[in-house]
Amino acid sequence: MYKSNKKNLMKLTPIEVIDLSVSLGKDLILDKVSCSIKNNSITVVIGPNGAGKSIFLQTINGLTNIDNGKITFNKIYNNDEIRNKQAMVFQTPTLLRRNVKSNMDFVSNVKNKNGKLIIKNILKRVGLEGYDNKPARLLSGGEKQRLSLARALFIEPSVLLLDEPTANLDPFSLKLIEEIILEESKKGATIILTTHDMAQAKRLASDIIFFNKGKILEQTDANVFFRNPLTKEAKKYINGEILL
Amino acid sequence: MNILLEAFAKSFELVFTLNEDLFEILLLSLKVSGISLLLSCLIGLPLGTFLAIKSFWGKDAFLVLFNTMMGLPPVVVGLIVYLLVSRSGPFGWLGILYTPTAMIIAQMILITPIIVSLTSQIIEEISQEYKSLFASLVVPSHKAIIAYLFDARYSILTVVLAGFGRAISEVGAVIIVGGNIDHLTRVMTTTIALETSKGNLSLALALGIILLSIALTTNFILIRLKIRAKRRMYV
Repeated sequence: MYKSNKKNLMKLTPIEVIDLSVSLGKDLILDKVSCSIKNNSITVVIGPNGAGKSIFLQTINGLTNIDNGKITFNKIYNNDEIRNKQAMVFQTPTLLRRNVKSNMDFVSNVKNKNGKLIIKNILKRVGLEGYDNKPARLLSGGEKQRLSLARALFIEPSVLLLDEPTANLDPFSLKLIEEIILEESKKGATIILTTHDMAQAKRLASDIIFFNKGKILEQTDANVFFRNPLTKEAKKYINGEILL
Repeated sequence: MNILLEAFAKSFELVFTLNEDLFEILLLSLKVSGISLLLSCLIGLPLGTFLAIKSFWGKDAFLVLFNTMMGLPPVVVGLIVYLLVSRSGPFGWLGILYTPTAMIIAQMILITPIIVSLTSQIIEEISQEYKSLFASLVVPSHKAIIAYLFDARYSILTVVLAGFGRAISEVGAVIIVGGNIDHLTRVMTTTIALETSKGNLSLALALGIILLSIALTTNFILIRLKIRAKRRMYV
Protein backbone atom coordinates (compact mmCIF):
# COMPACT_ATOMS: atom_id res chain seq x y z
CA MET A 1 0.00 0.00 0.00
CA TYR A 2 2.85 2.38 0.86
CA LYS A 3 5.87 2.61 -1.33
CA SER A 4 9.21 2.02 0.30
CA ASN A 5 11.13 5.24 0.01
CA LYS A 6 14.35 4.49 1.83
CA LYS A 7 16.72 6.39 -0.44
CA ASN A 8 15.14 9.78 0.35
CA LEU A 9 15.83 9.51 4.07
CA MET A 10 18.82 11.45 5.27
CA LYS A 11 21.05 9.18 7.30
CA LEU A 12 21.04 10.34 10.90
CA THR A 13 22.08 7.08 12.43
CA PRO A 14 23.70 5.68 14.40
CA ILE A 15 22.68 8.09 17.11
CA GLU A 16 25.41 8.08 19.71
CA VAL A 17 24.61 9.38 23.17
CA ILE A 18 27.74 9.80 25.24
CA ASP A 19 27.84 10.67 28.97
CA LEU A 20 24.74 12.81 28.62
CA SER A 21 23.62 14.76 31.67
CA VAL A 22 20.54 16.97 31.72
CA SER A 23 19.13 19.00 34.61
CA LEU A 24 15.82 20.77 34.99
CA GLY A 25 16.38 23.48 37.56
CA LYS A 26 18.27 21.83 40.40
CA ASP A 27 17.10 18.32 39.55
CA LEU A 28 19.42 16.04 37.65
CA ILE A 29 17.12 14.23 35.23
CA LEU A 30 19.64 12.35 33.08
CA ASP A 31 22.83 11.25 34.77
CA LYS A 32 25.76 10.44 32.46
CA VAL A 33 23.61 8.46 30.06
CA SER A 34 25.31 6.61 27.18
CA CYS A 35 23.73 4.51 24.48
CA SER A 36 23.72 3.89 20.77
CA ILE A 37 20.64 3.81 18.57
CA LYS A 38 21.09 1.64 15.52
CA ASN A 39 20.01 2.55 12.04
CA ASN A 40 16.44 1.59 11.17
CA SER A 41 15.79 0.15 14.63
CA ILE A 42 12.67 0.45 16.74
CA THR A 43 14.11 1.30 20.11
CA VAL A 44 11.61 1.21 22.93
CA VAL A 45 12.55 3.19 26.00
CA ILE A 46 10.97 1.82 29.16
CA GLY A 47 11.20 2.55 32.84
CA PRO A 48 9.11 3.84 35.73
CA ASN A 49 7.58 7.31 35.87
CA GLY A 50 10.15 10.01 36.44
CA ALA A 51 13.00 7.83 35.18
CA GLY A 52 13.91 10.38 32.50
CA LYS A 53 12.43 8.75 29.39
CA SER A 54 10.56 11.78 28.05
CA ILE A 55 13.47 14.14 28.71
CA PHE A 56 15.75 11.67 26.93
CA LEU A 57 13.54 11.86 23.84
CA GLN A 58 13.25 15.65 24.07
CA THR A 59 17.01 15.97 24.39
CA ILE A 60 17.55 13.89 21.26
CA ASN A 61 15.07 16.23 19.54
CA GLY A 62 17.10 19.23 20.74
CA LEU A 63 14.37 20.58 23.01
CA THR A 64 16.36 20.64 26.24
CA ASN A 65 19.76 22.00 27.13
CA ILE A 66 22.56 19.55 27.74
CA ASP A 67 24.68 20.00 30.89
CA ASN A 68 27.39 17.57 29.88
CA GLY A 69 28.03 14.92 27.28
CA LYS A 70 27.02 14.83 23.66
CA ILE A 71 24.64 13.43 21.10
CA THR A 72 25.74 12.81 17.53
CA PHE A 73 23.75 11.78 14.50
CA ASN A 74 25.91 9.78 12.15
CA LYS A 75 28.89 11.57 13.78
CA ILE A 76 27.36 15.04 13.34
CA TYR A 77 26.14 17.21 16.22
CA ASN A 78 22.49 18.17 16.24
CA ASN A 79 21.68 21.16 14.03
CA ASP A 80 18.62 22.59 12.30
CA GLU A 81 19.15 20.48 9.20
CA ILE A 82 19.21 17.32 11.31
CA ARG A 83 16.28 18.48 13.42
CA ASN A 84 14.30 19.11 10.25
CA LYS A 85 14.58 15.40 9.52
CA GLN A 86 13.33 14.39 12.95
CA ALA A 87 9.73 14.39 14.06
CA MET A 88 8.40 14.19 17.57
CA VAL A 89 4.99 13.09 18.76
CA PHE A 90 4.33 14.28 22.29
CA GLN A 91 2.41 12.35 24.91
CA THR A 92 -0.10 15.18 25.13
CA PRO A 93 -0.50 16.47 21.59
CA THR A 94 -0.38 20.22 21.09
CA LEU A 95 -2.77 21.10 18.31
CA LEU A 96 -3.15 24.52 16.79
CA ARG A 97 -6.41 26.39 17.36
CA ARG A 98 -7.52 25.58 13.86
CA ASN A 99 -9.21 22.79 11.98
CA VAL A 100 -7.55 19.48 11.07
CA LYS A 101 -6.57 20.54 7.55
CA SER A 102 -5.06 23.84 8.75
CA ASN A 103 -2.98 21.97 11.32
CA MET A 104 -1.51 19.94 8.46
CA ASP A 105 -1.17 23.01 6.22
CA PHE A 106 0.85 24.71 8.95
CA VAL A 107 3.51 21.98 8.85
CA SER A 108 3.45 22.13 5.06
CA ASN A 109 4.06 25.88 5.25
CA VAL A 110 6.81 25.59 7.87
CA LYS A 111 8.63 22.94 5.88
CA ASN A 112 8.08 24.82 2.59
CA LYS A 113 6.66 21.67 1.13
CA ASN A 114 3.55 21.84 -1.00
CA GLY A 115 1.67 18.69 -0.27
CA LYS A 116 -2.07 18.88 -0.79
CA LEU A 117 -2.24 15.31 -2.03
CA ILE A 118 0.29 14.09 0.54
CA ILE A 119 -1.81 15.62 3.33
CA LYS A 120 -4.93 13.97 1.96
CA ASN A 121 -3.19 10.60 1.86
CA ILE A 122 -1.68 10.95 5.31
CA LEU A 123 -5.01 11.93 6.86
CA LYS A 124 -6.53 8.87 5.20
CA ARG A 125 -3.68 6.76 6.53
CA VAL A 126 -4.26 7.85 10.13
CA GLY A 127 -8.01 7.39 9.85
CA LEU A 128 -8.88 11.08 9.70
CA GLU A 129 -10.23 11.17 6.16
CA GLY A 130 -13.17 13.58 5.93
CA TYR A 131 -12.12 15.42 9.11
CA ASP A 132 -10.56 18.35 7.22
CA ASN A 133 -12.89 21.03 8.56
CA LYS A 134 -13.30 19.67 12.07
CA PRO A 135 -11.73 21.89 14.74
CA ALA A 136 -8.63 19.98 15.85
CA ARG A 137 -9.17 20.50 19.54
CA LEU A 138 -12.64 18.97 19.35
CA LEU A 139 -11.20 15.64 18.27
CA SER A 140 -11.19 12.71 20.70
CA GLY A 141 -7.95 11.79 22.48
CA GLY A 142 -7.14 9.06 19.96
CA GLU A 143 -7.94 11.29 17.00
CA LYS A 144 -5.78 14.08 18.40
CA GLN A 145 -2.86 11.73 18.77
CA ARG A 146 -3.38 10.44 15.22
CA LEU A 147 -3.42 14.00 13.90
CA SER A 148 -0.22 14.66 15.81
CA LEU A 149 1.27 11.55 14.19
CA ALA A 150 0.00 12.71 10.78
CA ARG A 151 1.92 15.97 11.19
CA ALA A 152 5.04 13.99 12.03
CA LEU A 153 4.57 11.71 9.02
CA PHE A 154 4.27 14.70 6.69
CA ILE A 155 7.88 15.54 7.53
CA GLU A 156 8.96 12.08 6.29
CA PRO A 157 11.33 11.84 9.24
CA SER A 158 14.53 9.84 9.30
CA VAL A 159 14.14 9.66 13.06
CA LEU A 160 10.67 9.44 14.55
CA LEU A 161 10.43 10.12 18.27
CA LEU A 162 7.24 9.06 20.01
CA ASP A 163 6.60 9.85 23.65
CA GLU A 164 3.99 7.39 24.93
CA PRO A 165 2.01 7.79 21.72
CA THR A 166 -0.71 5.34 22.68
CA ALA A 167 -1.16 6.15 26.37
CA ASN A 168 -4.87 5.98 27.27
CA LEU A 169 -5.95 5.43 23.67
CA ASP A 170 -8.76 3.25 22.37
CA PRO A 171 -7.84 -0.11 20.76
CA PHE A 172 -8.49 1.22 17.23
CA SER A 173 -6.10 4.15 17.63
CA LEU A 174 -3.55 1.95 19.36
CA LYS A 175 -3.60 -0.65 16.59
CA LEU A 176 -3.47 1.97 13.85
CA ILE A 177 -0.56 3.82 15.43
CA GLU A 178 1.39 0.60 15.94
CA GLU A 179 0.78 -0.37 12.30
CA ILE A 180 2.05 3.02 11.15
CA ILE A 181 5.14 2.72 13.36
CA LEU A 182 5.96 -0.64 11.77
CA GLU A 183 5.31 0.74 8.27
CA GLU A 184 7.58 3.71 8.90
CA SER A 185 10.26 1.37 10.15
CA LYS A 186 9.93 -0.71 6.98
CA LYS A 187 10.35 2.49 4.98
CA GLY A 188 13.69 3.05 6.68
CA ALA A 189 12.95 5.39 9.57
CA THR A 190 14.63 4.92 12.91
CA ILE A 191 12.02 4.91 15.64
CA ILE A 192 12.50 5.69 19.30
CA LEU A 193 9.45 5.44 21.50
CA THR A 194 8.66 5.44 25.17
CA THR A 195 5.92 3.32 26.66
CA HIS A 196 4.70 1.73 29.87
CA ASP A 197 2.91 -0.97 27.91
CA MET A 198 5.08 -4.09 28.09
CA ALA A 199 2.94 -5.92 25.53
CA GLN A 200 3.44 -3.03 23.12
CA ALA A 201 7.17 -3.02 23.78
CA LYS A 202 7.30 -6.73 22.96
CA ARG A 203 5.24 -6.22 19.79
CA LEU A 204 7.30 -3.34 18.44
CA ALA A 205 10.79 -3.26 19.86
CA SER A 206 13.92 -4.42 18.14
CA ASP A 207 15.94 -2.86 20.98
CA ILE A 208 15.15 -1.90 24.53
CA ILE A 209 16.61 0.85 26.65
CA PHE A 210 15.70 0.49 30.31
CA PHE A 211 15.83 3.67 32.40
CA ASN A 212 15.69 4.05 36.15
CA LYS A 213 16.36 7.19 38.18
CA GLY A 214 17.94 9.05 35.28
CA LYS A 215 20.34 6.26 34.34
CA ILE A 216 20.30 3.66 31.62
CA LEU A 217 20.52 0.31 33.37
CA GLU A 218 20.22 -1.82 30.25
CA GLN A 219 20.37 -1.46 26.49
CA THR A 220 19.93 -4.66 24.64
CA ASP A 221 18.09 -6.62 22.00
CA ALA A 222 14.38 -6.79 22.86
CA ASN A 223 14.20 -10.61 22.79
CA VAL A 224 17.17 -10.87 25.11
CA PHE A 225 15.78 -8.23 27.45
CA PHE A 226 12.38 -9.81 27.90
CA ARG A 227 13.83 -13.35 28.13
CA ASN A 228 16.66 -12.57 30.46
CA PRO A 229 16.89 -9.06 31.92
CA LEU A 230 20.28 -8.47 33.48
CA THR A 231 19.43 -6.15 36.34
CA LYS A 232 17.14 -6.82 39.26
CA GLU A 233 15.42 -3.48 38.60
CA ALA A 234 14.51 -4.56 35.07
CA LYS A 235 13.25 -7.93 36.34
CA LYS A 236 11.08 -6.18 38.92
CA TYR A 237 9.80 -3.67 36.35
CA ILE A 238 8.85 -6.38 33.85
CA ASN A 239 7.05 -8.25 36.66
CA GLY A 240 5.08 -5.16 37.53
CA GLU A 241 6.75 -4.55 40.86
CA ILE A 242 7.36 -1.08 42.26
CA LEU A 243 10.92 0.16 41.92
CA LEU A 244 12.21 2.10 44.90
CA MET B 1 -39.79 62.14 36.12
CA ASN B 2 -41.63 64.02 33.34
CA ILE B 3 -38.44 65.77 32.35
CA LEU B 4 -36.72 62.42 32.00
CA LEU B 5 -39.53 60.99 29.84
CA GLU B 6 -39.51 64.12 27.69
CA ALA B 7 -35.78 63.78 27.30
CA PHE B 8 -36.16 60.17 26.18
CA ALA B 9 -38.85 61.14 23.66
CA LYS B 10 -36.70 63.94 22.31
CA SER B 11 -33.68 61.70 22.07
CA PHE B 12 -35.57 59.10 20.04
CA GLU B 13 -36.87 61.87 17.79
CA LEU B 14 -33.32 63.11 17.17
CA VAL B 15 -32.09 59.63 16.42
CA PHE B 16 -34.90 58.56 14.16
CA THR B 17 -35.19 61.85 12.24
CA LEU B 18 -31.46 61.57 11.46
CA ASN B 19 -30.68 64.95 13.02
CA GLU B 20 -27.81 66.59 11.09
CA ASP B 21 -25.90 67.91 14.13
CA LEU B 22 -26.25 64.63 15.91
CA PHE B 23 -24.79 62.66 13.02
CA GLU B 24 -21.96 65.15 12.49
CA ILE B 25 -20.95 64.59 16.13
CA LEU B 26 -21.41 60.85 15.79
CA LEU B 27 -19.27 60.62 12.65
CA LEU B 28 -16.47 62.70 14.19
CA SER B 29 -16.51 60.48 17.29
CA LEU B 30 -16.24 57.35 15.17
CA LYS B 31 -13.52 58.92 13.01
CA VAL B 32 -11.36 60.06 15.95
CA SER B 33 -11.79 56.80 17.88
CA GLY B 34 -11.36 54.66 14.77
CA ILE B 35 -8.13 56.35 13.67
CA SER B 36 -6.66 56.32 17.18
CA LEU B 37 -7.58 52.64 17.51
CA LEU B 38 -6.00 51.80 14.16
CA LEU B 39 -2.77 53.61 15.02
CA SER B 40 -2.71 52.08 18.51
CA CYS B 41 -3.10 48.61 17.00
CA LEU B 42 -0.27 49.29 14.53
CA ILE B 43 1.98 50.12 17.49
CA GLY B 44 0.46 47.93 20.22
CA LEU B 45 0.08 44.56 18.49
CA PRO B 46 3.74 44.22 17.37
CA LEU B 47 5.01 45.73 20.62
CA GLY B 48 2.85 43.43 22.75
CA THR B 49 3.97 40.43 20.71
CA PHE B 50 7.62 41.46 21.03
CA LEU B 51 7.29 41.79 24.80
CA ALA B 52 5.64 38.38 24.98
CA ILE B 53 8.16 36.37 23.04
CA LYS B 54 11.50 38.11 23.59
CA SER B 55 13.58 37.97 26.74
CA PHE B 56 15.72 41.00 27.49
CA TRP B 57 16.96 42.97 30.44
CA GLY B 58 14.25 45.31 31.76
CA LYS B 59 11.37 43.44 30.13
CA ASP B 60 9.48 43.19 33.43
CA ALA B 61 9.84 46.95 33.92
CA PHE B 62 8.27 47.54 30.51
CA LEU B 63 5.40 45.20 31.35
CA VAL B 64 4.81 46.91 34.69
CA LEU B 65 4.92 50.29 32.96
CA PHE B 66 2.36 49.34 30.32
CA ASN B 67 0.13 47.63 32.88
CA THR B 68 0.21 50.77 35.02
CA MET B 69 -0.49 52.96 32.01
CA MET B 70 -3.69 51.00 31.36
CA GLY B 71 -5.19 52.99 34.22
CA LEU B 72 -3.94 56.40 33.12
CA PRO B 73 -6.39 59.15 34.14
CA PRO B 74 -7.69 60.69 30.89
CA VAL B 75 -7.54 64.25 32.25
CA VAL B 76 -3.84 63.81 33.06
CA VAL B 77 -3.20 62.53 29.53
CA GLY B 78 -5.20 65.46 28.18
CA LEU B 79 -3.16 67.88 30.24
CA ILE B 80 0.18 66.39 29.13
CA VAL B 81 -0.82 66.42 25.46
CA TYR B 82 -2.12 69.98 25.94
CA LEU B 83 1.24 71.09 27.37
CA LEU B 84 3.10 69.39 24.52
CA VAL B 85 1.05 70.80 21.65
CA SER B 86 0.03 74.20 23.05
CA ARG B 87 1.67 77.19 21.37
CA SER B 88 4.42 77.45 24.02
CA GLY B 89 4.97 73.66 24.14
CA PRO B 90 7.70 71.70 22.30
CA PHE B 91 5.28 70.67 19.55
CA GLY B 92 3.39 73.96 19.44
CA TRP B 93 4.73 74.61 15.94
CA LEU B 94 2.56 71.79 14.64
CA GLY B 95 -0.53 73.88 15.35
CA ILE B 96 -2.70 70.90 16.22
CA LEU B 97 -4.17 72.06 19.53
CA TYR B 98 -7.98 72.08 19.38
CA THR B 99 -8.02 69.85 16.31
CA PRO B 100 -9.12 66.21 15.87
CA THR B 101 -5.41 65.34 15.43
CA ALA B 102 -4.68 66.29 19.05
CA MET B 103 -7.69 64.28 20.15
CA ILE B 104 -6.41 61.25 18.22
CA ILE B 105 -2.99 61.57 19.88
CA ALA B 106 -4.55 61.78 23.35
CA GLN B 107 -6.73 58.74 22.70
CA MET B 108 -3.77 56.82 21.30
CA ILE B 109 -1.84 57.44 24.53
CA LEU B 110 -4.81 56.11 26.47
CA ILE B 111 -5.48 52.95 24.47
CA THR B 112 -2.03 51.87 23.29
CA PRO B 113 -1.05 50.54 26.75
CA ILE B 114 -4.27 48.49 26.82
CA ILE B 115 -3.44 46.94 23.44
CA VAL B 116 0.20 46.32 24.42
CA SER B 117 -0.49 44.77 27.83
CA LEU B 118 -3.38 42.55 26.84
CA THR B 119 -1.73 41.44 23.58
CA SER B 120 1.41 40.59 25.51
CA GLN B 121 -0.54 38.42 27.97
CA ILE B 122 -2.43 36.63 25.19
CA ILE B 123 0.63 35.98 23.04
CA GLU B 124 2.70 34.86 26.01
CA GLU B 125 0.05 32.28 26.89
CA ILE B 126 -0.23 30.91 23.36
CA SER B 127 3.54 30.94 22.79
CA GLN B 128 4.02 28.86 25.97
CA GLU B 129 1.36 26.46 24.74
CA TYR B 130 3.06 26.06 21.33
CA LYS B 131 6.65 26.29 22.59
CA SER B 132 7.67 22.61 22.47
CA LEU B 133 5.78 21.90 19.26
CA PHE B 134 7.30 24.87 17.43
CA ALA B 135 10.79 24.05 18.72
CA SER B 136 10.39 20.47 17.58
CA LEU B 137 9.15 21.54 14.14
CA VAL B 138 11.95 24.14 13.92
CA VAL B 139 9.42 26.87 13.12
CA PRO B 140 11.15 30.13 12.05
CA SER B 141 10.38 33.12 14.33
CA HIS B 142 8.39 35.06 11.74
CA LYS B 143 6.16 32.09 11.01
CA ALA B 144 5.71 31.48 14.73
CA ILE B 145 4.62 35.09 15.28
CA ILE B 146 2.12 34.91 12.43
CA ALA B 147 0.77 31.67 13.93
CA TYR B 148 0.45 33.19 17.41
CA LEU B 149 -1.43 36.22 16.11
CA PHE B 150 -3.65 34.14 13.85
CA ASP B 151 -4.50 31.54 16.48
CA ALA B 152 -5.12 34.20 19.12
CA ARG B 153 -7.30 36.21 16.72
CA TYR B 154 -10.49 35.95 18.77
CA SER B 155 -8.77 37.06 21.97
CA ILE B 156 -7.00 39.86 20.12
CA LEU B 157 -10.30 41.02 18.69
CA THR B 158 -11.53 41.35 22.26
CA VAL B 159 -8.52 43.52 23.02
CA VAL B 160 -9.16 45.70 19.98
CA LEU B 161 -12.78 46.18 20.95
CA ALA B 162 -11.78 46.96 24.54
CA GLY B 163 -9.51 49.66 23.11
CA PHE B 164 -12.35 50.99 20.98
CA GLY B 165 -14.64 51.05 24.02
CA ARG B 166 -12.07 53.07 25.97
CA ALA B 167 -11.61 55.51 23.06
CA ILE B 168 -15.25 56.12 22.17
CA SER B 169 -16.34 56.63 25.79
CA GLU B 170 -13.46 58.89 26.80
CA VAL B 171 -14.20 62.54 27.63
CA GLY B 172 -11.52 64.02 29.91
CA ALA B 173 -8.60 64.07 27.50
CA VAL B 174 -10.46 65.04 24.33
CA ILE B 175 -12.25 67.95 25.98
CA ILE B 176 -8.89 69.41 27.08
CA VAL B 177 -7.00 69.00 23.79
CA GLY B 178 -10.01 69.30 21.47
CA GLY B 179 -11.72 72.20 23.21
CA ASN B 180 -15.20 70.89 22.34
CA ILE B 181 -15.51 73.34 19.42
CA ASP B 182 -18.81 73.12 17.55
CA HIS B 183 -18.52 71.59 14.06
CA LEU B 184 -14.79 71.01 14.59
CA THR B 185 -13.90 68.96 17.65
CA ARG B 186 -17.23 68.25 19.27
CA VAL B 187 -17.69 64.53 19.84
CA MET B 188 -20.39 62.53 21.58
CA THR B 189 -18.91 62.48 25.06
CA THR B 190 -17.96 66.15 25.11
CA THR B 191 -21.39 67.09 23.82
CA ILE B 192 -23.07 65.03 26.52
CA ALA B 193 -20.97 66.84 29.15
CA LEU B 194 -21.74 70.26 27.63
CA GLU B 195 -25.46 69.75 27.03
CA THR B 196 -25.96 68.27 30.48
CA SER B 197 -24.31 71.30 32.07
CA LYS B 198 -26.61 73.53 29.98
CA GLY B 199 -29.65 71.54 31.07
CA ASN B 200 -30.36 70.38 27.50
CA LEU B 201 -30.93 66.80 28.48
CA SER B 202 -32.60 65.64 25.27
CA LEU B 203 -29.51 65.90 23.05
CA ALA B 204 -27.30 64.59 25.86
CA LEU B 205 -29.56 61.63 26.34
CA ALA B 206 -29.83 60.98 22.60
CA LEU B 207 -26.07 60.80 22.37
CA GLY B 208 -26.00 58.64 25.47
CA ILE B 209 -28.41 56.22 23.81
CA ILE B 210 -26.22 56.09 20.70
CA LEU B 211 -23.11 55.55 22.79
CA LEU B 212 -24.81 52.73 24.62
CA SER B 213 -26.05 51.27 21.33
CA ILE B 214 -22.51 51.25 19.95
CA ALA B 215 -21.23 49.60 23.13
CA LEU B 216 -24.06 47.06 23.04
CA THR B 217 -23.52 46.27 19.35
CA THR B 218 -19.76 45.80 19.69
CA ASN B 219 -20.24 43.64 22.79
CA PHE B 220 -22.94 41.61 21.08
CA ILE B 221 -20.67 40.95 18.09
CA LEU B 222 -17.82 40.14 20.45
CA ILE B 223 -19.86 37.70 22.51
CA ARG B 224 -21.19 35.98 19.39
CA LEU B 225 -17.67 35.59 18.03
CA LYS B 226 -16.39 34.29 21.35
CA ILE B 227 -19.21 31.78 21.67
CA ARG B 228 -18.47 30.58 18.13
CA ALA B 229 -14.75 30.36 18.91
CA LYS B 230 -15.33 28.57 22.21
CA ARG B 231 -17.56 25.98 20.54
CA ARG B 232 -14.63 25.21 18.25
CA MET B 233 -12.14 25.46 21.11
CA TYR B 234 -10.27 28.20 19.27
CA VAL B 235 -9.81 30.23 22.44
